[in-house]
This record gives sequence, structure tokens and C-alpha cells, in this order.
Amino acid sequence: MNLLTDLIFDYTLRNIALGAAVLGIVSGMLGSFAVLRRQGLLGDTLAHAALPGICIAYLLTGSKSPLVLFLGAAISGWVATLVLLRIVRETRIKEDSALGVVLSVFFGVGIMLLTFILKHNDANQAGLDKFLFGQAATVTAEDVNTMTILGVFALLVVAVLYKEFKIMTFDPNFAASLGFNDRWLGVILTSLIVVAVVIGLRTVGVVLMSAMLVGPAVAARQWTNRLEAMVLLAGFFGALSGVAGALISVSEANLPTGPMVILSLTVIVIISLLFAPQRGILWDIKRFSKA
Amino acid sequence: MTTSTSFPLAVHDLTVVYRDKPAIQDVDVNIPAGKLTAIIGPNGAGKSTFLKAVLDLLPRVAGTVEVFGKPYRQQRQLVGYVPQRASVDWDFPTTALDVVTMGTYGKLGWVKRPGKAEHDLARQCLEQVGMADFSSRQISQLSGGQQQRVFLARALAQDAEVYFMDEPFVGVDALTERAIITLLQDLRQRGKTVVCVHHDLDSAPEYFDWVMLLNVRLIAAGPFDSTFTAGNLRKTYGGAMKAAIDHFAHFEQSKG
Repeated sequence: MNLLTDLIFDYTLRNIALGAAVLGIVSGMLGSFAVLRRQGLLGDTLAHAALPGICIAYLLTGSKSPLVLFLGAAISGWVATLVLLRIVRETRIKEDSALGVVLSVFFGVGIMLLTFILKHNDANQAGLDKFLFGQAATVTAEDVNTMTILGVFALLVVAVLYKEFKIMTFDPNFAASLGFNDRWLGVILTSLIVVAVVIGLRTVGVVLMSAMLVGPAVAARQWTNRLEAMVLLAGFFGALSGVAGALISVSEANLPTGPMVILSLTVIVIISLLFAPQRGILWDIKRFSKA
Repeated sequence: MTTSTSFPLAVHDLTVVYRDKPAIQDVDVNIPAGKLTAIIGPNGAGKSTFLKAVLDLLPRVAGTVEVFGKPYRQQRQLVGYVPQRASVDWDFPTTALDVVTMGTYGKLGWVKRPGKAEHDLARQCLEQVGMADFSSRQISQLSGGQQQRVFLARALAQDAEVYFMDEPFVGVDALTERAIITLLQDLRQRGKTVVCVHHDLDSAPEYFDWVMLLNVRLIAAGPFDSTFTAGNLRKTYGGAMKAAIDHFAHFEQSKG
């Protein structure tokens, strides 16, 4: 019970848990649409592409304020998206290869810039490398505020455009024939995923961020045949694994948070894949043995 | 050219290009009102491309498309669309009723949610295709024919004047085939216009009263009996396509 009282009264622990929960809810809900649109890898690319943006923002301003770094991440995520769209539209390279190319080029540039910054060795830079795998212990109340505002904004957009998101995810051609432009939805969803990536910078980091978009959605799909329920459940699974992972990472000194969150999430995904009624693997085995 | 206001669909000089190669070229056609029109042609002739270009789903290099005399974009509310069944992932987490309700989204416009009126309409449309008992069924648990009927019901929920259907008869059971035919005839009786991409030369004469023969270019278009001739089919399918001609001979015999 000590942990529970700590969770409420301990400043650091509360921030960590809140930050991870916000990330889990937002990435779980947005990830549901990305997964159903078969764009799970888009989140991976956008997350990796955030790194050079963070480094450039720091180099230009010398500031580590979350808002500045978030802006840098968002802008380079956006540039990555534009490059990606151009490659897909104007060359014969297919989307999966294009995602791989954009991911590695942007991440490579990011690592190069990060190494350059770390070598310069000024005291102010400490912590920038934590964006790779996340370090929840560095989350401040100000960060949590920024994350919550961004998260509420992203979820409001999803709530307002829920009908449009649904029809464009299920049947983009039909949606377009009704006048719901698929390209616009793509732009909006991509932007929101960038927002989720930015929320997850401190807690999960850029390398493992895509798992936060894909994992909760995949697990949630196992338990329900309703989109509404899937989106809500994915948000819940995301929050659950976020909080669990963050708590594990601070209970042992200096464990990176990202991997702990992803391990917690993996447990949820495995349980869902095995035991979910109708769709679970055990369910299949039972059905076949009866037949 | 005659004034096109009376035509549910007036297409002028339509050209669509895939990677430097024309998929359809200079197609000029007016589809008459209240008719069931089949678009017929070999694989790769651009039948689906034609529908998608008309619906603005593909960029067109040249040409104009008018629906009842105005550009398509201004007339969306008058148009219903049944895409190919295989074009969507039927494992999507939703019910038959929910998919049919999507037909009402166009009239609802952005942001506004479907309410009781929309769900009631969707239920009626499911009933019209004989699927009333399946409204709360998860769509992946429906048979291919039932999924096709859900798509038709969704188009009905659009409450349109002209319907475009992409291969509605592909891979359906006999029951569904009959349900679709009944539905098409019902739509014609109510003065609606239907344009179907159709691949089966055998059944075409029985189902449709107008035909558009397409092979990248428009070969011929007109009333079924006077257009669906051996000469036109040979031009559409190429002289070597004996199968098509055999079909035609079969058709001539059955007409007696």
C-alpha cells in the first residue's frame, strides 16, 4: 500500500504515473485507427523522425524547455511525413520501403546530431539522450501539464471527427465519394500521431514509441467487435502499461522507462492474443478439438 | 452535343492515365435516366477505373463529368456508390447496421452524428435486401453474399438518384443474386438510374437494358439489344476472344 500512497502524495511518482497514463490513453486511442488503417509503421517512422527535430531545436535555442523540444519534434515529424508522401506518390517505391528509408535517414541524422551535442559537453545538455528510451524520473509537473493539454486536444479532435475517422478507416473510397476527403483524414491522423509521439518523448522515448501505438490497439481488438469499445479499451490498456512500466522503472534505480512500459504492454498483448474469447489462440484450439 | 441536363451521367472526353499508360481514353458517353446500364469489357479495360474517375476517386488527365447537368462535386447527394466487396477489410470491428448507417453520413455532413432517424433508415434498407435479422452481426461473420447485400443496403441508405456499382454480382450465392436483381428492378421502377460494372456476358442480357462496351476506349454504348452485337463484342474483346463470341452466339440462340 506504500506504493499507492506514494502514487498520490509523492511528487515524482505522481508525475511519472500521470505522464505515462496520458501517453497510454492518447497513443492507445490514436493507435486503434492507425492499426485498422494498416499504418502501424507510420508511428514508428514519425517517432524516430522526431529525434533530429529535438536536436536541432536544442542547437538553435539552447533551451531544453519541453515546449521548444516538442515543437522541434513536431516539425521534423511533419517534414518526414511530407517526404514520405512524396516518395510514395512520385516514385515506384512502395509505402513500407519508403517508411523504412525515411525512418533510418531521419534517425541516423538524429543520432549524429545527438552525438555532436553530447561531445560538446556543456552542463545544460544533460538528459537529451534520455529521449531515446525515455526516463520517467525526469518528468516534471510542467511536463505533465504540457502532455495533458496536448493529449486532451488530440482526443477532442478524435471525439469530434469520430464518425469521419470511422468511415474513412473502414472504406476510404466510399468515404471519399461522400465528400470526406481521405487525404485530409490522413493529414489529421498523422498530425495527431506526431502529438502522441511528442507526449511519449519523456516517458517512452522515440525508439520504442511505435509499440505504444500498435500494442494497445492489437490487444484491444482481441476483446471486442465494436470500434467504440476497441478505442476505449486500447486507451485503458495503454494507460495501464504506461503506469505499470513507469512504476517498475523508478522502483529500480535508473532503469529506462521505455523498455519497462513496453514489457508491461507485451504482457497485456500476449494475454489478449492467448485468452480473448472468440479471437484468442486458446479459443481456436478448443474449437478445433471439438470439431 | 445535346444539352446534358437531362442525363444522370454525362461524361465528356474522359482520360485517366496510370504511369504514362492510358487506363481509359477519350470516353464520351451519356447514360440515360431510369435505365439499368452495364459496363462490359475485358480485364484491364478500365471498367472500375471509369467508375472511380467519375466519382473523383482517381485524378483525371482530361475530361468532364456531369451529374444531372452539374459537376459531380456539387451533386454528391444524388449519387450512390457500391465499391467492390473485396476493397475493404471485413474484419473491421463493426456491425452490419453500422455499415449501412454509413450510407447516411453524406447527407449528415461533417461532425454531425447519426441519430434515431438515420438508424431507422438503415434498418429499413437492411430489410429491403433481406438482412433484417443480421443487423447486429459482426461483419466478418457474414457470408460473401451477405456482405454484398450490406453494401447494397448502404447505397440504398444514401437515397440517391443514380447508383454506381462495381461488380456487385461477383462471388455471391444464388439467393443474393436474386436479391440484387429484384433490387435493381425496384430501383428502375422508382425511376432511379443504375450503372453496374459487370463481367458475366451470359447474364448481362437478362439483367440490363443499356450497355456500355469499354476497352480503354469506348467501343459502343446504347440500348442493349442493338449494341450487344457480335461485331461490337469482337471489337471490345479483340478478334481472338472466341469465348466472348461464343457467348454471343449463345445469347442469339436463346433470343430465338
